[in-house]
Amino acid sequence: MTPAFNVRVAAVVLLLAALPLVPVYARLANDPFLLTLFTRIVIMALAAVSLNLILGYGGMMSFGHAAYLGIGGYAVGMLAHEGIYSGLVQWPVALAASALFALVIGALSLRTRGVYFIMITLAFAQMAYYVVAGIARYGGDDGLTIYKRSQFFAPLDLSNKIQFYYLCLALLYGGTYFVWRLVNSRFGMVVQGTRSNEVRMRAIGFPTYRYKLVCFVIAGTLCGLAGALLANHNDFISPATMYWTRSGDLIVMVVLGGMASPLGPWFGALVLLVLEEALSSITEYWQIILGPLLLLIVLFARGGIDGMLRTIGGRRA
Amino acid sequence: MSEPLLKVENLSKRFGGIVAADELQLAIARGELHAVIGPNGAGKTTLLAQLSGQLRPDSGRIYFDGRDITTLPMHRRSALGVARSFQITSLFLDLSVLDNVALAVQARSGHSFRFWRNARTDPDLRKPACAALERVGLATRRNDLASALSHGEHRQLELAMALACNPRMLLLDEPMAGLGPEESARMVEMLRALKAELTILLVEHDMEAVFALADRITVMVYGRVIASGRPADIRANKDVRDAYLGEQEAAHG
Repeated sequence: MTPAFNVRVAAVVLLLAALPLVPVYARLANDPFLLTLFTRIVIMALAAVSLNLILGYGGMMSFGHAAYLGIGGYAVGMLAHEGIYSGLVQWPVALAASALFALVIGALSLRTRGVYFIMITLAFAQMAYYVVAGIARYGGDDGLTIYKRSQFFAPLDLSNKIQFYYLCLALLYGGTYFVWRLVNSRFGMVVQGTRSNEVRMRAIGFPTYRYKLVCFVIAGTLCGLAGALLANHNDFISPATMYWTRSGDLIVMVVLGGMASPLGPWFGALVLLVLEEALSSITEYWQIILGPLLLLIVLFARGGIDGMLRTIGGRRA
Repeated sequence: MSEPLLKVENLSKRFGGIVAADELQLAIARGELHAVIGPNGAGKTTLLAQLSGQLRPDSGRIYFDGRDITTLPMHRRSALGVARSFQITSLFLDLSVLDNVALAVQARSGHSFRFWRNARTDPDLRKPACAALERVGLATRRNDLASALSHGEHRQLELAMALACNPRMLLLDEPMAGLGPEESARMVEMLRALKAELTILLVEHDMEAVFALADRITVMVYGRVIASGRPADIRANKDVRDAYLGEQEAAHG
């Protein structure tokens, strides 16, 4: 095999190099909206990376992953509402609350399989949705405006949009590296083996339930971090963040980008959110175009965008 | 005479009206290759499932090395040294051949809550896995996906995974099923070599292989043991000929 020109490697390198340059380009082109859009893409990519850990690598079809976006976000919003602005308090609380929620949901839902698992994760996320929608103190249905972003030590200022973008990007890079290490570790091999053939895993001596549960909690915690970022980005959090269609968006990102591919969720988040933005500027009925487009990609490019790049790359090499 | 490695007492299992095990008795001595034969539906696979812990018996006891393992879950039995290979090949098809065996090694090397170090380059896992692949003759295919192997190679891979668990006892469920004559002969040779090191319980339909390999044979019909003894005794046993061997010979003739 010669390391000839490979489309997939080229696309990855381009993406890794281009993302840090977005603020520069936004400044030069005098297009502040571009920075806002890409901050959102980076945050959603982090959430999709966390879902990819359980969905892509673990084969756990969770239909309630947006719940952690909401829980992480509400941890920030509620504490800010009570006058606690320090990120060193808010963020650990966001992570801990997400982890705890994942532990409870996982402990119950991972005893089931297939459709039942999907329905139970969906039901719990909807439950969380209705609970926060019912708390009048924190805005209920209307959501909660966050007047002050999380505060950290001196030079770091989250209100500065460029700084905030780079913080999100650093966390995306770090989170993706963390997941990549994880899936290739002994723990990750157990998770992947369980996706592939759980009966066999148990037969050779793995108590698979424990491993799946730990994996589920890690993914939920990481998504809670994305939730804390999202709330800061929007200066707002509402129950809509954890509505089931938002969980669906995350699944689309993972499947579209390429399941069990380290950078697949990045491609998925980028393409989905850019398409959404571009199409909605053309027509009000943009979903009519987006739907079939996604269908085509899923039908004809098994392995998503990353799989497509791999195929093109393979032909060239 | 020392105590048997595996002892089954009064094992019973029913599925509705079907009796898969009826007061079953079985004792397998250390170092023995013990074959279990019987017509289809005799409950041989159900027996293996109960021995490996996949199914819980309705009543009766199972002892391994003197210890009551009747209620132990699968992974605990596997940790004690009971390894099972499956009749219907049950592999990790979307992982590489080496990954398949390395997972079996990993199963026996303590807990796997190790989150950072790359398992695919860990010599503690890869070396024994490669050695097991070498033993079954699959070393050259280690980087292929398991789904790319032929049926015969799947059987070899099954065996490599069982071996990689470093077991004291192998439970083999029809390792020859679906193999061509040449592959079968190779499998018989492999099992003959393993016999020297392990206690093996072999469920098999291939009578030629069974009589070539077994130290003792147990014949099951409808969940019951109708005979147990040396191959020569079994061949001479009238009940067995009536219930099983004759029937097969008739079918083949």
